[in-house]
Amino acid sequence: MTEPLLSIRHLSKHFPVDTDLLGRTTSVLKAVDDLSLDIYPGETFGLVGESGCGKTTVGKMLVNLYRPTSGEILYGGRDLAKLTTSERRAYHREIQLIFQDPYSSLNPRMTVGDIVSEPIRVNRLLPPDKVDDRVSYLLNCVGLSANCKNRYAHEFSGGQRQRIGIARALAMEPKLIVCDEPVSALDVSIQAQVLNLLSDLSDQFGLTYLFIAHGLNVVKHVSDRVGVMYLGRLVEVAEKRELYRNPVHPYTKALLSAIPVTNPAHRRERILLEGTVASPIDPPPGCRFCSRCYAKPEGAGGCDSEMPELVEVSPGHFVSCHLFAAEEGDQEMRALHEEAR
Amino acid sequence: MAERRHDLAEEPAVKRGEPGVLLEVKGLSTDFVMNRGTVHAAIDVSFSVREGEVLAIVGESGSGKSVTSLSVMRLLQRPGRVIAGEVLFRGRDLLELPEKEMRAIRGDQMSMIFQEPMTSLNPVFTIENQLVESIRTHMKLDRKAAFERAVRMLGLVGIPSPEKRLKDYPHQMSGGMRQRVMTAMALSCRPQLLIADEPTTALDVTIQAQILSLIGHLREKIGMAVLLITHDLGVVAETADRVVVMYCGRVVEEAASEELFDRPLHPYTLGLLRSIPSMEDTEDDEALYMVPGMVPNPLNLPAGCAFEDRCERRGARCTSEVPELYEAKGRKVRCFLYDPAGVEGLCA
Repeated sequence: MTEPLLSIRHLSKHFPVDTDLLGRTTSVLKAVDDLSLDIYPGETFGLVGESGCGKTTVGKMLVNLYRPTSGEILYGGRDLAKLTTSERRAYHREIQLIFQDPYSSLNPRMTVGDIVSEPIRVNRLLPPDKVDDRVSYLLNCVGLSANCKNRYAHEFSGGQRQRIGIARALAMEPKLIVCDEPVSALDVSIQAQVLNLLSDLSDQFGLTYLFIAHGLNVVKHVSDRVGVMYLGRLVEVAEKRELYRNPVHPYTKALLSAIPVTNPAHRRERILLEGTVASPIDPPPGCRFCSRCYAKPEGAGGCDSEMPELVEVSPGHFVSCHLFAAEEGDQEMRALHEEAR
Repeated sequence: MAERRHDLAEEPAVKRGEPGVLLEVKGLSTDFVMNRGTVHAAIDVSFSVREGEVLAIVGESGSGKSVTSLSVMRLLQRPGRVIAGEVLFRGRDLLELPEKEMRAIRGDQMSMIFQEPMTSLNPVFTIENQLVESIRTHMKLDRKAAFERAVRMLGLVGIPSPEKRLKDYPHQMSGGMRQRVMTAMALSCRPQLLIADEPTTALDVTIQAQILSLIGHLREKIGMAVLLITHDLGVVAETADRVVVMYCGRVVEEAASEELFDRPLHPYTLGLLRSIPSMEDTEDDEALYMVPGMVPNPLNLPAGCAFEDRCERRGARCTSEVPELYEAKGRKVRCFLYDPAGVEGLCA
């Protein structure tokens, strides 16, 4: 069994949204709540969920843009919060981020050459006379010609800008790249180009990706394993094929069924969810999906009062739902679930 | 769901006669004249929408789909200008109407849902203010009746406790909620034609499914036609009756929705369909098909077919001549491969 490259243990991020007169927090937004997952070297882990489910917050905590409220991020077995300054600097070299918006994530006053070479110069990765060659090489890797170096970001289209962002991330020779919705701002035909580029680069440089997206078809295409988030909680994790073939969480099923597809033969029976996503501010106890759930048993036995644990339903397939509670005595619930199916 | 059905039942059904042509766009061309040059955003665009039909216009950014819809609504902002063509709505050319008459048609007989639910509502007025105003203007109702109608419309689009939410300002609502308010506003005067410009692009998939099913229900109920502008082919496949594909300002293909997805003719349509990551249960992880290259600069369109340098099947004529929109068997396609005079022809 290979060791995970990155382990997240009971990670939470809570934002205070309201305070009383004395400055005590009276209301919190639980962006990420008790999230645990492992990412193994060389794999692409897809994290999906709707807007506001906390997937971007997870990515930001990994690159240390946010400090976790509680929980640990273990990289190579070491807790990120306990690293010394120099160790942290090494960590930052190995974990890079690709942003969603290729328009605002590149400095309009810098040339492409400066953008890509800046991380190399700042971290003194190469002697100054070698930097230029390295930049040309990186630009070639992402499918841009080396003479783009003297041009500015606004001269490029969305897809090309995203390539520049990828070259900048590669400049640090990272091991893990957090891709935060890297293609959702791009047109379909350009999306395909960038997705293929990412998968080629992963082969070429042995990269590991945490791929954050809301499009389940994009995630399906790139990922090895997929985790589904809902309101700050991980509700289901499984190997990709297993998840798409055999989703068990009611939310995952609804999400999969909601994707419009072009081929009628691949259409799933649509499960229309009622209502809107609940607010993550001061969420009620119990399952976060409870208010929209269509599969909860009569009387909601525990769904609205107790938070379900993440349990393994088949090897490598975890789900957090009371229908699949760990105790053996829950046969009744399972029978109900089978009926609901 | 039960509650929503009930609401729908209250909306009196419209008697439907023979579906006639509701909107006909003929040879519409729109230019943007700028210092750096002229962008031909829409070039000789023609299509028609029949009563009760959903026609989708698909294309990537810069293909001219939004410009076309704005031209139809006469909401185009300078430097955009319609330079040629006709927009016939029930036989009347909208482009010739005085602004006052146009304003009476807009929101009343045809209304529009915009792409950006975040910016399309006025932030300094409550939802009630905006919704009741539009209902009173167009339906000549008194304040009380308009308020009741507003409450009912919000309920219809699935907003819980509508009386309360009417007092909200737009910033107090989520994106999905605002898009529903926009939808309620657009539908409140029972338009015959709804122009929906990327109505669900800013929304999550589960909310998107709700909005699309709502538009579908209303369409059946009040017999409204929909002109759907989108880049999402999945949405098109599930909602549209007919599809117009645009590329660089021109219509490149038009077909019934099923036929288009079953057998796309234009190489661009084919490439577009093949580059969507499929939801199919495949064993192998082969690379996605990609359309090589990128969309040409709109200031400097090539002399021939705009798709020529990205096309796998280009021939000698493609660089110099713009193909016509060839027509056969109820389908239209702008590609020399289907030139009836050529080797292959559309029937080949």
